[in-house]
Amino acid sequence: MAPPSRLPDTAFRWLALLAALTIVGLIALVGWELYGGARLAVAKFGVKFLVNSTWDPVTDTYGAWPFIFGTLVSSLIALVIAVPLGVGTALYLTEMAPGRLRQPIIMVIEMLAAVPSVIFGLWGIFVLLPWLRDHLFPWLQKLFGFLPIFQGAIYGVSMLAGGIIVAIMILPIVTSVSREILRSVPNLQREAAYALGATHWEVIRIAVLSYARRGLFGAMVLGLGRALGETMAVTMVIGNRPEVSASLFAPGYTLASVIANEFTEATTDLYLSSLFELGLVLVAVTLLVNIIAQLMLRSLAGSGSGKVT
Amino acid sequence: MLTMAEPPASNPTVLPSQPVPSAAASAPAPVASGEVAFDIENFSLWYGARQALHEVTIRIPATRVTAIIGPSGCGKSTFLRALNRMHELTPGTRLEGRLRLKGQDLYSAEVDPTVVRRRVGMVFQKSNPFPTMTIAENVLCGLRLNGVTDRAFLRQRLEESLRMAALWDEVKDRLFRPGVSLSGGQQQRLCIARAIAVRPEVLLLDEPCSALDPIATAKVEELIHELKKSYTIVIVTHNMQQAARTSDRTAFFYLGRLVEYDETRTIFMNPANPQTEAYVSGRFG
Amino acid sequence: MSPADPTPTPRDARMTWRRFVDRAMAGVMLLCSVLVMAPLFLVVYFLFREGASALDLNFFLQLPKPTGETGGGMAHAIVGTIELLLMAVVLGVPFGVLGGIYLAEYGSDRTSYWVRFAADVLNGVPSIVWGMVVYALLVVPFKTFSAYAGGVALGLMMVPLVMRTTEEVLVLVPQSYREAGLALGIAKWKIILVIVVRAAMKGIVTGVLIALARVAGETAPLLFTALGNNFWNRNLAQPIAALPLQIFSYATSPYDDWHRQAWAGALVLILMILGLNLLVRFLSRDRNFD
Repeated sequence: MAPPSRLPDTAFRWLALLAALTIVGLIALVGWELYGGARLAVAKFGVKFLVNSTWDPVTDTYGAWPFIFGTLVSSLIALVIAVPLGVGTALYLTEMAPGRLRQPIIMVIEMLAAVPSVIFGLWGIFVLLPWLRDHLFPWLQKLFGFLPIFQGAIYGVSMLAGGIIVAIMILPIVTSVSREILRSVPNLQREAAYALGATHWEVIRIAVLSYARRGLFGAMVLGLGRALGETMAVTMVIGNRPEVSASLFAPGYTLASVIANEFTEATTDLYLSSLFELGLVLVAVTLLVNIIAQLMLRSLAGSGSGKVT
Repeated sequence: MLTMAEPPASNPTVLPSQPVPSAAASAPAPVASGEVAFDIENFSLWYGARQALHEVTIRIPATRVTAIIGPSGCGKSTFLRALNRMHELTPGTRLEGRLRLKGQDLYSAEVDPTVVRRRVGMVFQKSNPFPTMTIAENVLCGLRLNGVTDRAFLRQRLEESLRMAALWDEVKDRLFRPGVSLSGGQQQRLCIARAIAVRPEVLLLDEPCSALDPIATAKVEELIHELKKSYTIVIVTHNMQQAARTSDRTAFFYLGRLVEYDETRTIFMNPANPQTEAYVSGRFG
Repeated sequence: MSPADPTPTPRDARMTWRRFVDRAMAGVMLLCSVLVMAPLFLVVYFLFREGASALDLNFFLQLPKPTGETGGGMAHAIVGTIELLLMAVVLGVPFGVLGGIYLAEYGSDRTSYWVRFAADVLNGVPSIVWGMVVYALLVVPFKTFSAYAGGVALGLMMVPLVMRTTEEVLVLVPQSYREAGLALGIAKWKIILVIVVRAAMKGIVTGVLIALARVAGETAPLLFTALGNNFWNRNLAQPIAALPLQIFSYATSPYDDWHRQAWAGALVLILMILGLNLLVRFLSRDRNFD
């Protein structure tokens, strides 16, 4: 009997390959469209665009610095809050929690990850901001007002509020990736420390955290990548004013927020093109950070093709 | 060897009940001379519902090498780990009986397991130096935990411990290289140096040579011979020839019970118990 | 305690300090866990408190009232979200599943590695960028915002997600299934479609549902593709409302009644997402291949 035709097999294989390669195509598409849209602004402003602080639709002059500043500062604040909390929680889950507490806590964290950004923003506007404005911020100013970051008028909407809400949103990924890293520390290392007469915390410090520090750093970079791209919740609480201020209580603006707010209002071609250029900067930075995070986490032995999203 | 679950916070063990005086399965041979390091009476241990050790009674002499032999699963590692309360890292363990070190009950309520582990050091089957620490940092880790900061003292103790572990000449020029840059045999000697740097009273060795080649094994056995002048050593081994070579006294465990305990020569040449005889002559295990 | 013999006794100061630090750090770790869980409870509490009271039948049946008037609902947004998600599935599932099939069944190590890497990288692209890309791709040339554009934006986001989850479940199907097919002389492509995919179907479906739950709450990609609409959408080539968009514009508006409705909309959205997640959990429960 003649063997069945190879054509359907080959055709199907090529079809599947094409589908897989759409991924690569998508990356190219993103780059292409963003660059195409940004071309006008790039030609007009050049590299100075990145350091210029003026964002004025009236005079049609645009500069990216306030947004780069805002994105960096709010992401940094988010990291400062989320990484200790996330690693601390991951430690609790791997080292200390009694068995029956572990699953519920993990479930709560997973549910936190499922809440959309806009709902956090809604809660942020009506619950978080009033509390910040009326309680936390005045308290901070009272205690630490000698520091420039805690000076100035308090409105509620602020860089700090943006940072806090992004922190809440990156907590799940920082916690779960950290937990995976900590779980991979061999028990033999812990035993070595115990056998020297170390307390439980000392065992964690010497045998677990040191061993895991590269992986934990990778988790942190992954969290940063997530923080950089947060849009909706940040837009709703950060104040959306393109200024660069030393005070954390002052309103700010991030790359993602300004695009979200002003894209449909862009009146001139240059305006729109500048927004595209901001998008290009955002993507470039986010992709870079994410690639670094993926490389760091994949280089850890024995992690296989673990899904790190 | 049991796998360890995620270690819990230190939870207090069940207080040992009153020891039941009973005719021991095999009366321990009297210690010829010298001090007794461990005085253990009717010691039983459970992992959950499973009883791993049955009323072990034994007196381990100081500054001697005592070997624990027996087939897989006989409880020798469990027994060893009970000597420095390492079994507590597995949740659900329970014990009864009395275990004394130099007269002090190690399991009484006022005793801190951390302190016990400082007094009773341990070297593991697979060498486990801390990979993010240098050789020097590994050795001095235990001392630093106890707050010793005097640099001269630390330097001296570092050299002493590495010399005692027969490692000094090989590493003296690279003390600040990572601990894991050494070969397998060297890493194990590093772990020994790390364990003795805090000058414990007892050194427990859990199959220390099972992952080593014969040359490295010979070096470690030589080391044990030197170390026993200052330390009480208890070594678990599945290699009977090693037990015969290195130890003064040998204890044969089977199914969680201490079957026979005597001078090493007697155990291997002229054992009293037929089970012991069957094991050492290779008829099972 | 002389340096010559650092044997700590239980009473000495150093030991007490170490024990104190041990207890304190245990407390700190517990505190971290509590703080990490708190936002979820706070958000859920307020969602129910504010949203439940604003939910009534009108909310599900009516369109928004003219600006300034109270009452009305988000019926159009709920329907709009469903329509957009359906379009996203039409785009995302074929590419995602086929691509996953390639990675699992055909992929040589080199190509697969890079495709997987690229998929993970794409998952990290901020969702607003997808909006910009589709704007340039579909809104500008046709000179109109449209439901199509919104659906495409969401669909593109789904592709890398579905590809990875599909690959993962296909890899779990035992080799023996494929070998049995080969031994019977069945063509490879038929084996994959009829045997392997069928065996992994539940996993593939749950992967799609997970991706759906992810994109259902996305607002940013829709801001300049679907744009939003205060009326029923009659033509998919026109702007369309969506729950997240409506929540966003109501929340940032100056009207109290709209704030109320934003909470209600948020409650409906989170219940939708929760429903999808529960469905996923339900489907994943008795999954075995023997």
